Amino acid sequence: MDTSTNTPQGSSSHAPTAASKITARDLNFFYGTYHALKNINLDIAEKRITAFIGPSGCGKSTLLRVFNRMYDLYPGHYATGKIMMNGNDILDAKQDVIALRARVGMVFQKPTPFPMSIYENIAFGVKLYERLSSGEMDERVEWALRKAALWDETKDKLRQSGLSLSGGQQQRLCIARAVAVKPEVLLLDEPTSALDPISTAKIEELVNELKADYTITIATHNMQQAARVSDYTAYMYLGELIEFDITDKIFINPGRKETEDYITGRFG
Amino acid sequence: MEKSALYRRRRIVNVICLGISLLAVLFGLFWLVWILWTLLANGLQAIGPSLFTLSTPPPGSEGGLSNAIFGSLLMSLLATLIGTPIGILAGTYVAEYGRRGWLGPTTRFINDILLSAPSIVIGLFVYAVYVANVQHFSGWAGAFALSLIVIPVVLKTTENMLRMVPDTMREAAAALGAPQWIVISSVTLRGARAGIITGIMLAIARISGETAPLLFTALNNQFWSVNMDAPMANLPVVIFQFAMSPYRDWQTLAWGGALLITMSVLTLNILARVLFPQKSTLA
Repeated sequence: MDTSTNTPQGSSSHAPTAASKITARDLNFFYGTYHALKNINLDIAEKRITAFIGPSGCGKSTLLRVFNRMYDLYPGHYATGKIMMNGNDILDAKQDVIALRARVGMVFQKPTPFPMSIYENIAFGVKLYERLSSGEMDERVEWALRKAALWDETKDKLRQSGLSLSGGQQQRLCIARAVAVKPEVLLLDEPTSALDPISTAKIEELVNELKADYTITIATHNMQQAARVSDYTAYMYLGELIEFDITDKIFINPGRKETEDYITGRFG
Repeated sequence: MEKSALYRRRRIVNVICLGISLLAVLFGLFWLVWILWTLLANGLQAIGPSLFTLSTPPPGSEGGLSNAIFGSLLMSLLATLIGTPIGILAGTYVAEYGRRGWLGPTTRFINDILLSAPSIVIGLFVYAVYVANVQHFSGWAGAFALSLIVIPVVLKTTENMLRMVPDTMREAAAALGAPQWIVISSVTLRGARAGIITGIMLAIARISGETAPLLFTALNNQFWSVNMDAPMANLPVVIFQFAMSPYRDWQTLAWGGALLITMSVLTLNILARVLFPQKSTLA
């Protein structure tokens, strides 16, 4: 692929065997003076699901928010190091952040439907970058809603407010919205932690299907979820990447004692 | 034993607190109802077709408040048209763009002062900078003074309503690759819309009863006039003059005017509530 720097670095940060989409090298992140991410080196495999697990405050959300430079919205937050994607360093000051976010979509912990109709929620992002006829837009909205397994439930009420949906539906709407702009990478920041088990199962199933077209990273508190959906799992603790490997290996035969303690529930 | 005593104590404290709150509510309601009652008792007799068709009369002859009603409507409308866009845009700046740097907080601080400034000060200000220079009172000056009251109210409500939109909403829009102006115009302002409109309604209600700023700016006009560059009749000042007069029919008209203002403010508030219910439209 177009990434050439996918050689593994360091013993604790195995590079996946698949081609990498994103490579982080010596990544450090600061909330003002607080050092939130420490020397992270890792490769995110293309069209695979990479899960980040670890206790609250370990930096997994922070890491995802570096990949689309969400932290830029806030003064005093900054990152050092390199994150290569498609041959560009996205941390470069010259990087067009808005264009980057169009390619790296994000879904948040709490469903965040915009105060507009279901249809408009999805068209919103598409309209930013594409000029579609109304027929094409209708198709795109349907396509995105189908991708997010929400079409059957919403096809008769596309003009209703997105806020009228249930929590699980709202979250799938947010996924549809992110998918609609056809990003290359999807960042899922604890996408199911506010949802009931049935909605969670639906979203996990969905994530699995989306893997065919997108590179997906998911931060989760739920270790079973990481085990169920991901191909690779990274265990983080206090801003450091402790272990990163194939998911099966992490859960069956972790290389580090800390990882084992966490996944067996002795800690965390 | 011990447990039931604690339980009884908790119930008693609860009843006492509830009682005190209820008393406070009744106390407030009592005065409110009395005010409305007095207004109705004295003002209803003045309400009739002539109130809306005839201009303010000389003492002893038949008349109405048509010139004052028109003047008040026109100046309030203009003040709202001037003050609302400025208030909304400035409020948006303070809540959205002004988060970094000194301009946002400074604007908020000055706005808070302006918000609590006695309206007579605003009247005097417009008198000094405008009326004294052009050497005559005018409807423009009145509208200008009222708009200075509208701006801080709308600015403050806009800012508060935008702050109630959670940052996660801004992040969600930004995560789709939306530049900040689109995030603000299509997402956050939209989420805050109901609240902002309520704020505008409240601002209109506020200026429709302001007397002091008009006393120094629009003054009054005994005759029907649509000339904004001349003194202009308006309800508050007419009420002020007529209520202080010794003439019975003038006093009655003043009561009618007071009732009219109260009813329009009430209607405006009810409309705001019915059309834009204060339920949270946010996630």
